[in-house]
Amino acid sequence: MTVIQVVFFLVAAFTTAAAFLVVLAKNIVHCAIALVFTFFGVAALYVLLDAEFLAAVQVLLYVGGITILLLFAIMLTSRISARGVRVMNEQVGMSAVVVFAIFALLAIASLKGFALVGSPPPASYATASLGRLLLTTYVLPFEAVSILLLAAMVGAIILARREREKD
Amino acid sequence: MLLSYLPILILVLLAAGFALATLFLSSALGPRRPSKDKLSTYECGIDPVGSARERFSVKFYLVAMLFIIFDIEIVFLYPWAVILNSLGLFGLVEMFFFLGILLIGLLYVWKKGGLEWTT
Repeated sequence: MTVIQVVFFLVAAFTTAAAFLVVLAKNIVHCAIALVFTFFGVAALYVLLDAEFLAAVQVLLYVGGITILLLFAIMLTSRISARGVRVMNEQVGMSAVVVFAIFALLAIASLKGFALVGSPPPASYATASLGRLLLTTYVLPFEAVSILLLAAMVGAIILARREREKD
Repeated sequence: MLLSYLPILILVLLAAGFALATLFLSSALGPRRPSKDKLSTYECGIDPVGSARERFSVKFYLVAMLFIIFDIEIVFLYPWAVILNSLGLFGLVEMFFFLGILLIGLLYVWKKGGLEWTT
């Protein structure tokens, strides 16, 4: 086993353990904190896959942004953090079957369907070529993104305003 | 390539190790003489006011949403900054157009009082 493989299995174990904590923790704030570690583990996996830009996005948006949003959403929901969350219900057996079936399907698909085709491009080059595509070939979608973000801002204001009127 | 991430790994391990060691040492070595005042919630030294479990204002959520929107903007700035030199004026104008549209959004939020904390 090479060093990379050892690192991969350590990171994968860490990520899976954190993900288990997300679904099994009784306190919903603990779930959100565990999600930070899951996202961070996924970012480490991206680094191992030479996807440096994705790793940066993962840390910037998911670790830094989405979890903050989740924590605020928990705090906004009245009295949810004081109450314990019901982790299991009567459908646990059924969902276990579904989960293992999907896992088997994905395992078979990735073992049979994918093969390595040469070494990946260096990461710095990957980010540069991504930027080049974004600003030349796909410049219209790129500018459309700013319109989308503008719409998101307007939507956020309108939602917050309605909520404030209710208070 | 991956070797350049070694300092980050060392930093993460050091930070986690420091936090765990501090927690462990203080629980193993620290004396414990609890009193009513010591066990009460620490709120900057004054007596706690109200419940900690009350519903937070929606203003926090608005700020978080705006934060994510501008976070996404930064994600697009990153690959642009890497290749800015080779793009020349064209890339600069494109990005200013992008930022300009988001600036309109910021002005809208500002105008609607989304940045004001007291209403």
